[in-house]
Amino acid sequence: MSVLAVDGLRAYYRTSALGVSRDVRAVDGISFTVEAGEIYGLAGESSSGKTTLIKTIAAATQPPLEVVAGTITFNFPTGPIEMQRADRRSLAPIRWRHLSYIMQGSMSVLNPVRRIRHAFVDFAFRHIGQPKSQFFDTVRAHLARLRLEPDVLDAYPHQLSGGMRQRVTIALATVCRPEFIIADEPTTALDVVVQKDVLAMIREIQRELGSSILFVTHDMAVHANLADRLGIMYGGRLVEEGRTADLFRSPRHPYTAHLIASLPRVGDTAPKAGLSGAPPNLADPPAGCRFHPRCPRASEICRREVPPLEPLATGHRVACFHPEPA
Amino acid sequence: MSALLELDHVSRSYGGGLFARRQVLAVNDVSLRLEEGRPEIFTVVGESGSGKTTLARMILNMVPTSAGTIRFQGADLATIRGAAARRAFMRKVQPIFQNPFEAFNPMKRVDRYLFATARRMADVATDAAAAEASDTALKSVGLSLAEVRGRFPHQLSGGQLQRVAIARALISKPALLVADEPVSMIDASLRASIVNLLRELRDRNGLTIIYITHDLATAYYVSDRIIIMRQGRVVESGDARAVLDNPQHPYSQLLKSSVLSPEVPPGVSHA
Amino acid sequence: MRSFLALLKSNRQFASGVVLLALVAAFACLSFFSPYPPNDSFVVAPDVPPSAEYWFGTTSRGQELFWLLTFAIRNTLVFGIVVAVLSRLLALLVGLVAGYAGGWIDRLLMSINDTFIVIPLFPILVLFYFVLKDHMSWGLLALMMACLGWSYDARLIRSVALSLRHREFTETGIFSGMSTRQILVEEHLPYVLPIVFSTTMNNINWSIGLEVTLSVLGFTDINTPTIGVMIYWANQHTALVAGIWWWIFFPVLLVVMTFIGLFLLAVSMNEYIDPRSRLGRSER
Repeated sequence: MSVLAVDGLRAYYRTSALGVSRDVRAVDGISFTVEAGEIYGLAGESSSGKTTLIKTIAAATQPPLEVVAGTITFNFPTGPIEMQRADRRSLAPIRWRHLSYIMQGSMSVLNPVRRIRHAFVDFAFRHIGQPKSQFFDTVRAHLARLRLEPDVLDAYPHQLSGGMRQRVTIALATVCRPEFIIADEPTTALDVVVQKDVLAMIREIQRELGSSILFVTHDMAVHANLADRLGIMYGGRLVEEGRTADLFRSPRHPYTAHLIASLPRVGDTAPKAGLSGAPPNLADPPAGCRFHPRCPRASEICRREVPPLEPLATGHRVACFHPEPA
Repeated sequence: MSALLELDHVSRSYGGGLFARRQVLAVNDVSLRLEEGRPEIFTVVGESGSGKTTLARMILNMVPTSAGTIRFQGADLATIRGAAARRAFMRKVQPIFQNPFEAFNPMKRVDRYLFATARRMADVATDAAAAEASDTALKSVGLSLAEVRGRFPHQLSGGQLQRVAIARALISKPALLVADEPVSMIDASLRASIVNLLRELRDRNGLTIIYITHDLATAYYVSDRIIIMRQGRVVESGDARAVLDNPQHPYSQLLKSSVLSPEVPPGVSHA
Repeated sequence: MRSFLALLKSNRQFASGVVLLALVAAFACLSFFSPYPPNDSFVVAPDVPPSAEYWFGTTSRGQELFWLLTFAIRNTLVFGIVVAVLSRLLALLVGLVAGYAGGWIDRLLMSINDTFIVIPLFPILVLFYFVLKDHMSWGLLALMMACLGWSYDARLIRSVALSLRHREFTETGIFSGMSTRQILVEEHLPYVLPIVFSTTMNNINWSIGLEVTLSVLGFTDINTPTIGVMIYWANQHTALVAGIWWWIFFPVLLVVMTFIGLFLLAVSMNEYIDPRSRLGRSER
């Protein structure tokens, strides 16, 4: 059974200000699953809806964002839980113990005026349920796994480098050995050298704990080097999904194909072409396939009907009426 | 051949003074030379804290040097005083900033900046002529005045807005563009077209462009010459492909080996 | 205009404030229809309580309170608005220039500013009264209070200007050839205006309050009717002791309505101001 099953999810920002009502359809019909022990990469650019998607999965929605349809089901050892209708009381025991997050800005997670040890106490002490001194032994052992010295606990966040802070954030998110971790652009703000380190650490700890990770980033190179399976979001919908290697070797959706072809790489001077046009306005998206205004393969049916996300090969789903040849 | 831009042992320090603990050298003894009449894309690569942005601001004369001189077309930047002299300088050297949504006032329409540049920096007398100058500049970046007229920044995409910023910079027919991370906040799918545009500007308009970035991949794709900065110093410089294919300095090698390529590594078994 | 009406519908505080102020302003406008000139006394029977003939009653000086009050509130309001406008202009000038220029100009202006902040207003105004006595007029008083009331808000404006100085669109403006004046007025002012507007409300309250205090104590020109002057005369005729309660009650009622109306406007403006500050920083 999948650890996470999202089915038919629609989440809109419903605003009504100064007499004008508007629905921003940030997530408009998404279904996918994440299996135990896998890293599922979620790729997408601005206004793809991926940030909204993880907010709803983490049940961190606030008005004007609301889940309009669909279900989000986690299957934890303690039993299944549907996030879109869970209340605070049922969320509290699973938060951090079974579901944790690694955020983009480590400084927004760590309290700048308290030492690191307090962050561990605040987040994890209750869940681990050991007496204080034993708890700190557990934490220190865990920090060692991430190659952090135990005296990090006594430091303030500003005394650590960006990379170390992000490693502390990862340690915080994994110390309770959760089954599912949501990582939202965890390495985007880091230098290239530090990023490589941190990604390696994420992969190491994931293998060791056997957690599933929903890894969200717009950086395709990171996905190529980390994700087991990859889902591409565009305009609030999933347009392609499959094993990372399959997607990079033979992308079937025109958006994915163009995206991957347009990425420059060191050692390659062949001319690259960017995509023309602009991402869709989610308050007023195009009818039918949301990519059709920019798609070189678009035809009449693409303008009228929404292409369903269907498997073209085992484990490779594409939402397109005219997919690229294999 | 005379120099378009010449940096002679330029440094910039912060701190010091009565109560500060120590001085920070943001830029430490940097020298470089761009030739007049030889348009190129000169790339400055560095991570955060390398001093590349401070270097850009000094070249744009937004920040004075603490040591060394910067000469643009023979004139020392430190001697530029008075509104008229500053304007003359700005006509020839224009910036492109990292975040296009910050580069324009969110409360104002974007065509305002185009017209202002035309009226003040390009000696255009009438509104009609300003509109035409703006339209020409926008067409050279793949847009048109009709698309952009009356729009606020949030009504355009990041890629479009950055093009408008480039068009604005082109109106005064500058000799040098200083682009500080122009594509790092643009969607990956739109990046290639902006970077291609920079190449076009070099080839078609004869512009020299200083391209500042932390992204080795785009640097490889578009640069002629390159310098790699670390903590204010230049650690390696030379022909872009040569340096990036075969870096000599250990830091450059570390940078290159840390860059992730958008390819699934062979032999890695994914679950 | 559309947003004003929408705000009126959605925000009860704003609506209440507008209603209160509209009432007060309408009342002030009635002064143009007064059958009696404001300074005439003993034109009606004195000390008559509120009745059908004299709605607010009459004073011990034989003036009909209703019409006298229209003049009083009009003068008080005009005074408050004049002080507010003058001091806003000063605050904007000092704040924008100091925040944008930085360096020694900023330091100089802020030293002057801070001096004005710590000056004790009340003793200074009383001192001016004693020095000027017969030459004291409302215009002069308004000018003096404007010169004393700009400093606090200048600092607020300066801090906004400081943060705007380093925003990239300021630099785009510079490289577009815009002059400093153009940048300050066209680029920065829209960000500063919401603060200016809400401090204007507070400033009007402050200046009216100070005027009433000074007038009640007799430190202003007591021949022109304002709210404070009316209370002064009421005290001179020991109105409360004599049982002429309406002479104190109605002026106080009107000034309290003004205060509350302005306060509600200032407070409810915040909701309108906030979405604009969200426009300030774009999110990716």
